[in-house]
Amino acid sequence: MSTTRLAWAAGLAILIVLPFITPTYFLHLLIQILIWAFIYTAWSLMGRFGFVSFGHGAFMGIGAYVPALLWSYWNVTPWLGIPLGVVLSGLLAIIIGYPCFRRRVIGHYFALVTLALSQVVLLSLIAAREITGGSLGFTQRAVGYSWYALQFPEKSYFYAIAVLLWLFGLAVWRRIDRGIGREALEAISEDEEAAASVGIDVLREKMRVTVISAALTALGGAVYGQYVMYLNPETVSGIAVSLQIVFAAIAGGVYSLFGPSVGALLTLSLTEGLRVWFGANFVGAANTIYGILLVLCIIFMPQGIVGTLQRPKGSSARRDIAWNWRKG
Amino acid sequence: MDIYLLEAVINGILLGGVLALLALGLNLIFGVVDVIWIAYADIVMCAMYAIYFLYTGLSVPLPLAFLIAIIGAASLGVLVHLLIIAPVLNSAPLNQLLATGGLLFFLQSFATLLFGTDFRNIGVRLPVLEFATIYVSFARLIAFAVGLIGAIALYGFLKWTYLGIAIRALAQDRDIVGLMGVDPRRIYLVVSAIGGGLAGLAACLLALQYDVHPFIGNTFGPVIFMICVLGGLGNMIGGFVASFIISQIIAIGGYYSSTELSYVLAFTFFIVLMFIRPRGLFAR
Repeated sequence: MSTTRLAWAAGLAILIVLPFITPTYFLHLLIQILIWAFIYTAWSLMGRFGFVSFGHGAFMGIGAYVPALLWSYWNVTPWLGIPLGVVLSGLLAIIIGYPCFRRRVIGHYFALVTLALSQVVLLSLIAAREITGGSLGFTQRAVGYSWYALQFPEKSYFYAIAVLLWLFGLAVWRRIDRGIGREALEAISEDEEAAASVGIDVLREKMRVTVISAALTALGGAVYGQYVMYLNPETVSGIAVSLQIVFAAIAGGVYSLFGPSVGALLTLSLTEGLRVWFGANFVGAANTIYGILLVLCIIFMPQGIVGTLQRPKGSSARRDIAWNWRKG
Repeated sequence: MDIYLLEAVINGILLGGVLALLALGLNLIFGVVDVIWIAYADIVMCAMYAIYFLYTGLSVPLPLAFLIAIIGAASLGVLVHLLIIAPVLNSAPLNQLLATGGLLFFLQSFATLLFGTDFRNIGVRLPVLEFATIYVSFARLIAFAVGLIGAIALYGFLKWTYLGIAIRALAQDRDIVGLMGVDPRRIYLVVSAIGGGLAGLAACLLALQYDVHPFIGNTFGPVIFMICVLGGLGNMIGGFVASFIISQIIAIGGYYSSTELSYVLAFTFFIVLMFIRPRGLFAR
């Protein structure tokens, strides 16, 4: 058995044992970290190739709200609602992605178009306040323990779901990382014309990774919505969430399998730790420090935490996100 | 034409003046420094708080409070450049964007920590003017006029002064300009100061119309980015025209439906237009 396999087995064993030995509060934290880690990993599928999307708040919002609304108002089981939300997000990714890639909307322009998409979904959710409760948010209709409604008062169920979800995310990441498409996408992120000239189907490769990334993000949003039960437009969609996703993924590092997960672990424990430490006395203090740390992190560790740690000693080679960018 | 629709159109034009001012500042910084300040609207927020506390807390006369706020915002612009932008000037564009994104988190949370989330108003009520049964807020009229004058003044500055020519030269070719005896680092500071100052000026105009709270930047920040991109990033005249297009969509959309939906309409319009003209409406 190789050391890598051993490490995987040990890690999985810890994940399986954890729910039996940790207090509920930490389990709650862990579930959130796992779900967000999945979403950050999904973002990094695109982000690592320089397709920097600030629109993942939109996909997460759709993924969370579609099953929640269907269940609460029309009694449709999340077993149908979640796939529907995922498909809708995928469709939206196609509607936005196809013209973007066709028309070469890249770099800053792509970032800002997707940012606008985040705002469109956020504001639509707020505007539909008759059913979504607007900025006040809404709580899903609770029925207690039910497989039909995917609601489990016991945290251990969601812990299991979150672990599976996270492993699924890692598997997809690994598959794309090992696949032939990765070479193609890296070539595209360096130079689209050159990539096209050697026979890479630029549009198809970009669309594939975009749709996968969006669909997985929606799935993460759906599980998050099922878990917390209370949905607020500001916490599952919009610019704040999009920024949070980009930040944590970059902070962890997008070029390694566990990078985005490390980002989730660090940023979420940090915000939670600061929140508990400051208590309710200093509202904003936690995020103030968080903001400072983010800026410092970007300035001093541009490769992300995992990237910085993995860099061979003495090497000054930098690997910045190429940003699918070409100067005019 | 419906009288209320006409009123919406006029208010849209007036709103465009303030947006144009903000878009100019952001465009100037982008055109020269080549970094998008995601936190630009939050510098406006800081300046609005400065005006609020100077005027209501320390009873500083309003014009003086405005002047201090503009100078303060300009200094803040320089500070942001020195502390955050300068270290990442040669990093990937994404890191530059995220560094100012961290600043956004910091400014909003720090304002929450210091001032709480209360909505505060400086309590200056300017009269509402009536032209043949159309009501126009005087505050908006002033904002429009100042926005227009600011834009023209900036244009003149860039066109005819030595510093302005140096700034435009830097925007065109940052490698060559050093050979002509221009120090890019100094120009960056000047541009950041002007950008900050424009944010301060916009804050003065907005303080007359809106309550200030820590998250006010989120309401118009995205709109300003959209305007800059629509006009072509770094293209000031394009940004100026785009301000009025977007403000009209928001005003007329708001007349027919709700405010949120009018913004949805504006953002959707923006996305669709990006597909048709990927480098902005006025790309050459």
